Amino acid sequence: MIESFFPRGMAHYLIGGMLIGGGVGLLFVLRGLIGGTSTFFTSTLSYVVERPFFQQARFVGTRAWRAVYALGLVLGAALYLAVYGEPFQTGVAAWRLLLGGVLIGFGARLSNGCTAGHGICGLASLQWPSLLAVLTFLATAIGMAHLVQWAGGMP
Amino acid sequence: MTAPRWLAALVAGTLFGLGLAWSTMIRPEIVIDFLLFRDLGLLLVLGGAVVVALACYQIAPRLLSKPLLGGTFAQRESVLDRRTIIGAALFGLGWGLCGVCPGPAIAGLGAGNWPLLIALVGIFVGAYLQGRFFPKN
Repeated sequence: MIESFFPRGMAHYLIGGMLIGGGVGLLFVLRGLIGGTSTFFTSTLSYVVERPFFQQARFVGTRAWRAVYALGLVLGAALYLAVYGEPFQTGVAAWRLLLGGVLIGFGARLSNGCTAGHGICGLASLQWPSLLAVLTFLATAIGMAHLVQWAGGMP
Repeated sequence: MTAPRWLAALVAGTLFGLGLAWSTMIRPEIVIDFLLFRDLGLLLVLGGAVVVALACYQIAPRLLSKPLLGGTFAQRESVLDRRTIIGAALFGLGWGLCGVCPGPAIAGLGAGNWPLLIALVGIFVGAYLQGRFFPKN
């Protein structure tokens, strides 16, 4: 019965999730830092955009470790590829990746969090506004995915 | 920043990226399958990640006076206002449209998922538009 909800199995999802939580947890135990991922985009823009908003301490003061952390994300996925995987390239259309990306970047920064910032760090910090944010983006994402499927656009 | 502190951020990010790849979250098709209720695996990923992070966030400050490599324990404080909810709603629309979120957009490159570069560019543009036209604090 429960297998029908997980046609690809369950173990790799749980193991991967715990590794993600382990990375977030390690960053906190060793350095006391909260490892969301969407701030990386604004903090990296602070290297090139001089406007006062981008030059705030919360971006300039964290941009170095956030860049190193992001480099780690790339390395981790490369490590998995090297040991187990074969390269996989998404078939999602370019316009969807671009438009979706713009909405993701704008929305996550307006909301001050994404699936990692609100979903993992926020919930692990018992921040109830993050729970509301998670339920909100789950609802709109489910709605949008169904809309695209209805319109015949699924890969 | 000293070498161990850099290394800590790198190793933490590497674990995160390894987990994203292991759980196949760097494949937008799998995320979209979750959003269409065809495979609920994403809930296991989120649940597993939250349980481990929760344990670290809640236990470490009780056992340690400061992080092992120095500094202070930061605390995430989310605020409940219109920006948080409207931003989350827009984020979800984008996530549902392309099946990519910020972590996998970065990590996916390490696994050779090059089309995610397009999403990565989009995220930078979106983050710029937010800071340029809707800045606050």
